[in-house]
Amino acid sequence: MKHNSDTYKGYIRKKNLFILSLAMLLLITALWAVSAGSAGLTVKEVLSALFGFGSERSAVIVFNHRLPRIITAAVAGTGLAAAGCVMQSILKNPLASASTLGISQGAAFGASFAIIVLGAGTQNQTLNGVTISSPYLVSACAFFFAVLSTLIILGLSHFKKATPESMVLSGVALSTMFSGAATLLQYFAADVKVAAVVFWTFGDLGCTGWNEIIIMAITVAVSLVIFSLNRWNFNALQSGDETAKSLGVNVTGVRLMCMLVSSLTAAVIVSFVGIISFIGLIAPHLIRRVIGNDYRYLLPASALTGTLLLVVSDTAARLIAAPIILPIGAITSFLGAPLFLYLVFRGVGRR
Amino acid sequence: MISVENLSFAYGRGRTILNDIDFCAPKGSCTAVLGNNGAGKSTLIKCLNRILEPQGGVVYADGKNVRDLSRHDIAKNIAYVAQRSAAQRVTVFDAVLLGRKPYIKFEPSREDIQIVRSVISRLELENLAMRYTDELSGGEMQKVMLARALAQQPRILLLDEPTGNLDLGNQYKVLETIRQITRTEQINAIIVIHDLNLALRYCDRFLLLKDGRIFSHGGIEVITPETIKKVYGLPVTVQKINGITVVIPYP
Repeated sequence: MKHNSDTYKGYIRKKNLFILSLAMLLLITALWAVSAGSAGLTVKEVLSALFGFGSERSAVIVFNHRLPRIITAAVAGTGLAAAGCVMQSILKNPLASASTLGISQGAAFGASFAIIVLGAGTQNQTLNGVTISSPYLVSACAFFFAVLSTLIILGLSHFKKATPESMVLSGVALSTMFSGAATLLQYFAADVKVAAVVFWTFGDLGCTGWNEIIIMAITVAVSLVIFSLNRWNFNALQSGDETAKSLGVNVTGVRLMCMLVSSLTAAVIVSFVGIISFIGLIAPHLIRRVIGNDYRYLLPASALTGTLLLVVSDTAARLIAAPIILPIGAITSFLGAPLFLYLVFRGVGRR
Repeated sequence: MISVENLSFAYGRGRTILNDIDFCAPKGSCTAVLGNNGAGKSTLIKCLNRILEPQGGVVYADGKNVRDLSRHDIAKNIAYVAQRSAAQRVTVFDAVLLGRKPYIKFEPSREDIQIVRSVISRLELENLAMRYTDELSGGEMQKVMLARALAQQPRILLLDEPTGNLDLGNQYKVLETIRQITRTEQINAIIVIHDLNLALRYCDRFLLLKDGRIFSHGGIEVITPETIKKVYGLPVTVQKINGITVVIPYP
């Protein structure tokens, strides 16, 4: 009896320790990420710049270039992974995430619409780069269509009493519809504008200023609070809707509310940084293997893993072909696609 | 104590599954819900704690109208174990701890952990406590789910075929435990069960369902060759062997 309780306490301590070491690892990786790059800063220089003792040059590099970029990666990674983790729980589908529910595709269509129809950006002829003349217009349009996609899914499931399966399926249908619409827009657009759209959809962590970061951070923080208040509900939902109801969970209410919160979070992130696929899908799955399905631990661990993955991917994107920065969306997809395939076929094999 | 008045249920506007269900069961009793496949047994127990919303009728749990209670209050009064439960990558301890969910605000209290431990030892699951539920056998899983329901400390226990996956020894042990708990805690158990002999041994009230209506309800006297023949369509004899009433089918 005594033995029994001690092993449980030890087990809980192990989980907490694991999450703590994940957080430490993230901190160290982030410091390294700030120092890594063409300016050749050392970790020591970064630290002294962070605490206000460094040279003016290193302070400018750290605060104006590296830090916004890495914090953007961290906030986006946290938000996408937490949202993906919650979507997988409430839809009872291992493949649920922003990029399989039409949110990313809705955002991509919105951005295409803003750039091509409203003229918010074009390719810069001289610099071989892209100028987005009104980034807020692009973000607003992307957000609008990303949320529209979510609202259609939620509306259908609310009025037609849809099951989680049909919610996922309607997400897939909407993804296809929005990609089709975006393709049609691009087909009739000037090539310089198409280039701007393509660049936007690659995802870019370097274009966000502190204002955008604060908006994203607040959204992610609020959603994390809501998610952690619901962690026992997610645990109960794993045993099936009927058992969850018998444990006092308002199944429909929790499902609609958490779908809305996780989709809004993903939509805000995607509208600011572009399409970053697969982080929301792979982070929860990677860590699920290690830490189990208890959402008390899975939720923070997924968020930390997502952050770590995105910070590492971004640093890789900056270093691999420096000084060229590779598109972050391509790096995460390249990383994620093999795992996605593995998950799909593992699911088929088991059923 | 549970009493049900005039309960009816249908899926949408479709076929009625349950009609005019009226029964009550005193504190400390075990009620067996019997009937052939599709008679509405599972639907009936799901209507009692509003997993399914009944179209008509009233359910009183210890005198309280279940319709007026919040989901959390229902969960504190009535626990439910489904026929099948999906195993997850969660330890047995945590799976049982889930039964404390209606009581947990943010973190489980010392008392919650204490209750989980005592339920685990009551069902002799100590050796499995730190195992993942997706590594358990069907029968072990069924015991874990029963433990979770007991951790809810309910006044009414709804069990859908709790012995379906258990071996012979465990069938008797688990039902004996359920009977003991209902007697000592003075709670109700409502058990959907197919094994008539197990029902006769451990239950004291019998509810025979046929085509969504109560065919017969009462003590052991309602189990006669005539009622069994009408409900299951099989000729049987009901005999006492060594003081134990048994049903022997003659197909």
